[in-house]
Amino acid sequence: MTFGGHMIHLVVILFASVFTENILLARFLGMCSFLSVSRQVKTAVGLGFAVVFVMTFTVALDWLAFQYILQPFHLEFFRFILFIIIIAAFVQFVEMVIERYSPALYQTLGIFLPLITVNCAILGASLFMVIRDYNLAEGIAFGLGSGIGWMLAIVAMAGIREKLTTARIPAGLQGPGITLIIAGLMALAFIGFTGVLSGR
Amino acid sequence: MGTIIIAIVIISGVGAFLATLLVFAERVITNYGDVEVDINKGDKKFTVRGGGSLLETLTNQKIFIPSACGGRGTCGYCKVKVLEGAGTLLPTEEPYMDAQERAEGIRLSCQIKVRNKIEIEIPGDLLTIREYSCTCEKIIDYTYDMKQFNLKLVEPTSITYTPGQYIQLLAPAYEGSPEEVYRAYSISSDPANKSGIELIVRRVPDGICTTYLFDHLKEDDTVRVNGPYGKFYLRDTNAPIIFIAGGSGIAPIKCILHHMKNTTIKRKAVFFFGVRTTKDLFLVEEMKQFEKELADFTFIPVVSQPEEGSDWHGATGRVTTVAEEFLKRMPTVSDCEGYLCGSPGMIDSAVKILADLGIPEDKHYYDKFS
Repeated sequence: MTFGGHMIHLVVILFASVFTENILLARFLGMCSFLSVSRQVKTAVGLGFAVVFVMTFTVALDWLAFQYILQPFHLEFFRFILFIIIIAAFVQFVEMVIERYSPALYQTLGIFLPLITVNCAILGASLFMVIRDYNLAEGIAFGLGSGIGWMLAIVAMAGIREKLTTARIPAGLQGPGITLIIAGLMALAFIGFTGVLSGR
Repeated sequence: MGTIIIAIVIISGVGAFLATLLVFAERVITNYGDVEVDINKGDKKFTVRGGGSLLETLTNQKIFIPSACGGRGTCGYCKVKVLEGAGTLLPTEEPYMDAQERAEGIRLSCQIKVRNKIEIEIPGDLLTIREYSCTCEKIIDYTYDMKQFNLKLVEPTSITYTPGQYIQLLAPAYEGSPEEVYRAYSISSDPANKSGIELIVRRVPDGICTTYLFDHLKEDDTVRVNGPYGKFYLRDTNAPIIFIAGGSGIAPIKCILHHMKNTTIKRKAVFFFGVRTTKDLFLVEEMKQFEKELADFTFIPVVSQPEEGSDWHGATGRVTTVAEEFLKRMPTVSDCEGYLCGSPGMIDSAVKILADLGIPEDKHYYDKFS
């Protein structure tokens, strides 16, 4: 493949993971924080950026660990444990650094980091990266795209839920009930993109 | 076999590497060096290692800011005015601050960290709060979940407090609770006795401090407390007094009653004491004694759910309902002062009833046990 061809391939992976294979709405990963932290657009944006950041970097780190530690020793089956400790350590480390060097960033991004340490979407992105046999550049594009897709979904949900505060919802459907129904409708909309692009 | 060993070595190796990295990072990155803390514009200055919360830092310097939740940001008591060096208000502090407090720079000292030079302002009497080392002289069982702890002061040997105030007791780390915590308890003893304090404590299921007090503390053990704190005390007026308390909320009121007896305060007073069942009643004899000794004091115990077949002939129902019925018939009720002590739910409904009876809100004094 030419350099231009490579670039187009990466862009396709990026867009596919944002829209057609949205990790949240097509794969239903990372639902817990999607449901609990989607009350306000402001906090959803903060959490979304944290996920984009962490996903991009952990996919890269996990790719390196998989390529240079697990594969040479034929320990691929250990990827769950290894990926989780790498993600947890990375998130803690980043939190410490941000808290120290950028109090402003800590306020907007840092306080969300502990919330997503064990987010399944983050681990999921790394595992998909292995299943699909991505190289490092593809993995990073996929991690970045999945993060942006997750953020897109949670910000959209928060926007809808902000509107819902003034809507008349039947008593039995208030709270989690209506949220899950909206998530389902949004997922249907995203499934409509299926097949338009494929990152594989 | 070889694979298993390699797997163990690799995974523990990576784990150990990351753990070392984090420990190292904690040493280097979260080390904020020596930081100066300035209290009340130069009244007191000290230098500490930065990185800890302001509450923690002040406690280490033997300056005790009231705090009931142990620094988890749930009680909102540990407010301190920060003049400089705390950054902007954190999302975790916002729920506890009104517009005026925000404008004045009031912060929750358990949430902000000491990372650079910090200037704060605290009320002068907080600087006089001291830490006391005591021995547990006696433990008295009142009911199945209520005990009294008599503490004798060892160092310093005497304490002065305003009747109605509370102290904080330190529960050390014990099996099942790895960290030491402070919890607030009202003083129930006779304030004339300055060489010791008594606390009445109800067992909280799975409570860190009450489990320590009920299951681990023995007579002659050493206990550390600090204080006194609180603005719940008898105001110096001649207004008739309404006391309403539930369960261990009797503690500060007992202390105030001792004080009224000692100083021959002759104000009219009525005390509604609410418990759930007749098994939960205690200190009734002592209260009857106060009825004889004080000029005009009425004690009305109220049981909300008397057991079937019990010989309870006193007032039955919720303490606030019984108080309302009783007070409605009092012609001068709107001149009274209300002193309330107990669970937040009880206080909220008592406040509402007193307001409905025409007692202005600035005449309601309360201590919420949460």
